[in-house]
Amino acid sequence: MNVVVCVKQIPDPASPGRLDPATNTLVREGKLILDDSDAYGVEMALQLVDKAGSGEVTLVSMAPNNEVSGLRTALAMGAHKAILVSDDSLKGADALTTAKVLAGAIGRASADLVLAATESTDGYTGTTPVQIAELLGLPSVTFAKHVEIDGSTVKVNRQTEEGFDEVECPLPAVVTVTAGVVEPRYPSFKGIMAAKGKPVDTLKVGDLGIEAPAVGQQVTDVAAAEERQAGEIVVDEGDAHERIVQFLESLKVI
Amino acid sequence: MAYDKVWVLAEVAEGKPTGSTLELLTKAREIASTVEAWTWGGEAAAVASTLGAYGATKVYDVGDLGGALAGVPVAAAMAAEVQGGNKPDAVISATSYDGRDIAGRLSAKLDVGVLTNVVGLSGDGTSEHAVFGGTTVVKAAFTNDTPHIFLVRPKSFAAEESGGGAPEVTSVTAPDAGATNAAKVIQRHIEERTGPKLDEAAVVVSGGRGLGEAEKFDMVEQLAKLLKGAPGASRAIVDAGWVPYSYQVGQTGKTVKPTVYIACGISGATQHMVGMKGAKNIIAINKDQEAPIFSIADLGIVGDVHKVLPKLLEALQGRA
Repeated sequence: MNVVVCVKQIPDPASPGRLDPATNTLVREGKLILDDSDAYGVEMALQLVDKAGSGEVTLVSMAPNNEVSGLRTALAMGAHKAILVSDDSLKGADALTTAKVLAGAIGRASADLVLAATESTDGYTGTTPVQIAELLGLPSVTFAKHVEIDGSTVKVNRQTEEGFDEVECPLPAVVTVTAGVVEPRYPSFKGIMAAKGKPVDTLKVGDLGIEAPAVGQQVTDVAAAEERQAGEIVVDEGDAHERIVQFLESLKVI
Repeated sequence: MAYDKVWVLAEVAEGKPTGSTLELLTKAREIASTVEAWTWGGEAAAVASTLGAYGATKVYDVGDLGGALAGVPVAAAMAAEVQGGNKPDAVISATSYDGRDIAGRLSAKLDVGVLTNVVGLSGDGTSEHAVFGGTTVVKAAFTNDTPHIFLVRPKSFAAEESGGGAPEVTSVTAPDAGATNAAKVIQRHIEERTGPKLDEAAVVVSGGRGLGEAEKFDMVEQLAKLLKGAPGASRAIVDAGWVPYSYQVGQTGKTVKPTVYIACGISGATQHMVGMKGAKNIIAINKDQEAPIFSIADLGIVGDVHKVLPKLLEALQGRA
C-alpha cells in the first residue's frame, strides 16, 4: 500500500502575515513549517501503511527556495521519502497551477491513495486536492472524518451539513481529511535523526514535463478593513455573569 | 466589463434551496443581466419556483445522481454545456462541501482558475477577500478566460427576492465521467440537532482552548441551548478532536453573522476572528486581558470561564 500525502510548508501561522507591496503576494520569508492541517494526513498515511504491512508513505510538496523544514517534520513522523518541487517560476502560483505541479509530482510515485488536508492554513482555497484528482483522472472523497481501507476500496465517513455520509470508493483515489480524523504523533528523537538521512527528491517544473503554467489571477488592490471598536471591559469579581445577563436583555435575546 | 450571464450553483437541503444559494442569486442579479441556476439531487421541481423568485430565469437540472458525490457529475455536466458553446461569464458557488468539489473539478476541466473565500463581488469581475483575520481587504481579478469561477463565503451578501416568476427547467444529463465518478454514497447519516444550524443561528456560543478539557464543552452546549442558539468552536479544539470539524468557526470553517456571538475561552487568533467578526454583538470571556478577542468585543469579561459560565448558566436557568 503506497500512500502519497500532499503537504504544504507555510510561514508560522502564529506570526502575523503580510503582503509584499510590490507583488501583492504573501511574503514567505524565514523558515517554513509543516502546516498543522497536514499532520493528520501524514499520520493517517502512516497508520494505513502500517496496517497493510507493506508499502511507503511519500510526501509531495511545492515550496520556494528548496525549503525542506516542513518536510523534515513529516519525515521525522515516519514518512519514507519526499518529492519537492521548487522553482522560481512558481512564485504567486494559484491553486490550479499548484494542482498541476503536484499532480505531476504524484505521477512519479506509484500511489494507491493520495491524501491531503481539506485546505491549507495559509491559502485556504480548499480546491487543490480536487483539482489534482481531476488532472490525474481519479475519484475523490473530500472532508473525511474517518478513513479505512478494505481490500482495494477506501471507506470514508464524509462530513456533510446534516451529519455524515458513508462513502465507498475504489483505489486509487484522492481523499482529503479533516482535523481530528486521527491523532498525529509527535516526531521522536530517533525519528528526527532518521529524517535527516531520508531521500528528498528536489525537482524543477521542467523535470515534470510540464510548462510553468500562466497565473490566471492577480491582486488589484489591498486596503485596511473597517475596524471594529473594542467595547466595555469588565474584570470578573464574581458577578460578571450579571453584566452578561443585562447585555443579553438589552439585545432582547432573553 | 460587465457580466452578461452568471451561473449560480443552487444547493438544496431539507427540500429547499440553502440560504447561501439565495444570497448568491441576489448578488448575481446585481452583477449580471442573466442569472441561471444549476441544481442536482432530483429536487428541481420542488425548488424551481423559489430559485425563480430570487432571480433565476432558467434552471439546469442534473437530476438524481444515483449515489455519486456531486463534484464529478455536476462539473462534467457544466463543462459539457460550456464546451458545447453555452458559456457563462462567471460561475458562483458557496464555499460548501459540495460547492468546493464542483468548482475544483470544473476549474481543472476547463483549465481556468478559481477565486476562493470571496466576500465581495462586482460586475466588473473584481472580487473581495478578507485576509489576516479580516483586518485587510484584498481585491482580485481573473486574468484568464471566462468562465470566472468564484467560491463565496456564506453570509457575504443579503438575500432578497426579485419577484421573478417560474423559471424554465431544463434537464441536463451528466456525461459518463468514467473512473473519476467511482465514489458512491452507501448511507447518509443525519445527526440529530436540537437547535438552529450554526450558520443560521441568532445566537452562537463558541468554546476554545481556554475551556481546558473536552468535557467542559458541555457548558458551551448548555449555554447555546438556553439561548436557543448553536454551539461553535475555535480551530484549536477541533484540531484537538474535542468536537467535529462541522463546529469550526473561522477562516477554515464556517462564517457566522449572529445577533450575538459569545466566545468562551477563545483568545481570538486571526483565523477565528475572520469567521465571527461580522456578528452584530460580541461577548468574550477570557482570563487573559491581553487576548486579541477583547479588541473587537462589545462586552469583554476578563475572567475564568470555569467560574463565569456556571454562574451564567445558573442565572439563565433561574429565568427559564
